Amino acid sequence: MTSQLCPGKMAGPAARSWAGGPVNPFKGQREAAIRWTLRICALISVVGLFLMVAFLLRESLPAWREAGFTNLFAADWNPGRGKYGILIFLVGTMAVSAGGLMLGAPLALATAIYLHAYARPAWRRVIGKGLEVLAGIPSIILGWLGFTTLVPLVRSLAGGTGMGILPASMVLAVMILPTVATIARDSLDAVPESFAEASFSMGATRWQTLRRVIIPTAWPGIAVAMILGLGRALGETMAVAMVIGPATAFPRNLTTPTHTLTTKIMLEMGESTGVHRSSLFAMALVLLALSTLLILLVRLLSRKAVQEFPGGVLTC
Amino acid sequence: MPCEADEEEVRGVKVSREALLEVMEGESDLPPDDEMEGEKDLAQGNKMELSGLSLSYGGKKVLEDISMPIPARSITAVIGPSGCGKSSLLRCLNRMNELVDGARVEGKVYLDGEDVYAPGFDVVGLRRRVGMVFQKPNPFPKSVYENVAYGPRLYGVRQKKVLDRIVEESLRRAALWDEVKDKLGSSALALSGGQQQRLCIARVLAVQPEVILLDEPCSALDPISTQRIEDLLHELKEMYTIVIVTHNMQQAARVSDFTAFITIEEQGSPGRLVEFGETEEVFTNPRKKKTEDYITGRFG
Repeated sequence: MTSQLCPGKMAGPAARSWAGGPVNPFKGQREAAIRWTLRICALISVVGLFLMVAFLLRESLPAWREAGFTNLFAADWNPGRGKYGILIFLVGTMAVSAGGLMLGAPLALATAIYLHAYARPAWRRVIGKGLEVLAGIPSIILGWLGFTTLVPLVRSLAGGTGMGILPASMVLAVMILPTVATIARDSLDAVPESFAEASFSMGATRWQTLRRVIIPTAWPGIAVAMILGLGRALGETMAVAMVIGPATAFPRNLTTPTHTLTTKIMLEMGESTGVHRSSLFAMALVLLALSTLLILLVRLLSRKAVQEFPGGVLTC
Repeated sequence: MPCEADEEEVRGVKVSREALLEVMEGESDLPPDDEMEGEKDLAQGNKMELSGLSLSYGGKKVLEDISMPIPARSITAVIGPSGCGKSSLLRCLNRMNELVDGARVEGKVYLDGEDVYAPGFDVVGLRRRVGMVFQKPNPFPKSVYENVAYGPRLYGVRQKKVLDRIVEESLRRAALWDEVKDKLGSSALALSGGQQQRLCIARVLAVQPEVILLDEPCSALDPISTQRIEDLLHELKEMYTIVIVTHNMQQAARVSDFTAFITIEEQGSPGRLVEFGETEEVFTNPRKKKTEDYITGRFG
């Protein structure tokens, strides 16, 4: 395709990409206009990101300046008395995300392995479509279902309100399942068939082949899948808000109401001013830092995977 | 288990290569029915035999009515034009075709007189006794050591000392030891193509197979690496029965003792065996016109 549109010299590395390629054969203003329009559209994401970070920094500045770092990362939240500790929410966010991953990832991995190695085509189609649909379900629906079914269940089993980290983790597990399963399956599928063949030809069973060759080879990709799942859980607000409580208190166990960064921001954004409002921005900044950290981790893993296995099993 | 530690200790770790070979042979966990005697008999007889073998993929016939012996402790080459089904034939011998959806095998394949397609025949055991080396070197993305130790680990060998010995011995037999002994821990993917292929051979040798199937093992290699593999095959046939599929007639003529020529009538028709015989006969004095045409390069 490429060579038809760009009849110039397409040899060498430049052939991979149009941009920066050999001399553009379609010189002229029209081409330049198109190029610039597209470039500006493409730049919006980067500029937008930059502006977002700048805005968050600016708006959270009063909180950093007036409340101070130690106050902000303390356990005490009481804006009326000048206490802006976000630790409760930070803990809540980490707990529900980790819980969601702990419940969701094994299920997702099992699904991915089944689809990769065991499922017959009919099953594969049904389950694959199911995952697609599940990925598209609005989070409000999952939250609502969680509120109407999970919470009463937890309440009847554990007492109390039935709200808290456990139901939130369960809702998040369902939410990240399609993400993790799909990416993990892609990385399993990306392992060259020849590895499996070599293993089978030595008398290995399907499971032995999976456990000793396929899964270890796909592992960086599977880790990436889980990290992206974690990222999704980290940022989820609506569904969590409906089953987390909420209450501004550390959870005493998995079924007592608590709060997360996202739910706190959502509930208080409309009624806050001054440093209180600014501290919500600080929370958003912390959340952004967390998810950025995860993305860096993904990068690191990808690079490591490429070094160890230049063939490239990573799919993202 | 193929290797028992106490046995090894009795014999000592650092013994001569010949002694090691003997140990490895002796410890094979084949059925105990007079193994040594059986092996002697087979040295003159056929290790495997195909009888009326047909193969189809999803209803499309690929091979039709192939009957041929595979003589023990010698190299049998399978030659023929591309698409004649010679690789598929090879895969019938260790039942690798079963991994393909819709593959159907008729006829019989005997290993030491037992039909490997008989219901209840142990496929895992079969694949262990009949090892395979593929067209493109396919070492696992693991260390050199772990590649060779893969099979033994699969069969439950855990002791480091035993594994060490199997790895060294297999690499020596695959003529790779001297090149990799200092980098056993580094990735197998860092080796050259020829080294990778010899590593794959070492990986197969580590499970002490009786038959080794090679599917165009040199087609992705340079001439020097090819030469080394051919030399290696010459050494290995002392101990193993070897079947090699090759599209390179010179190679078949150079390395093999027996040659089977398979071809198709026309595109899409199943492959049939045209001629099987001693390599020298087949190449210098073929019985069939088709064989002669192919060998002299008139088609294919």
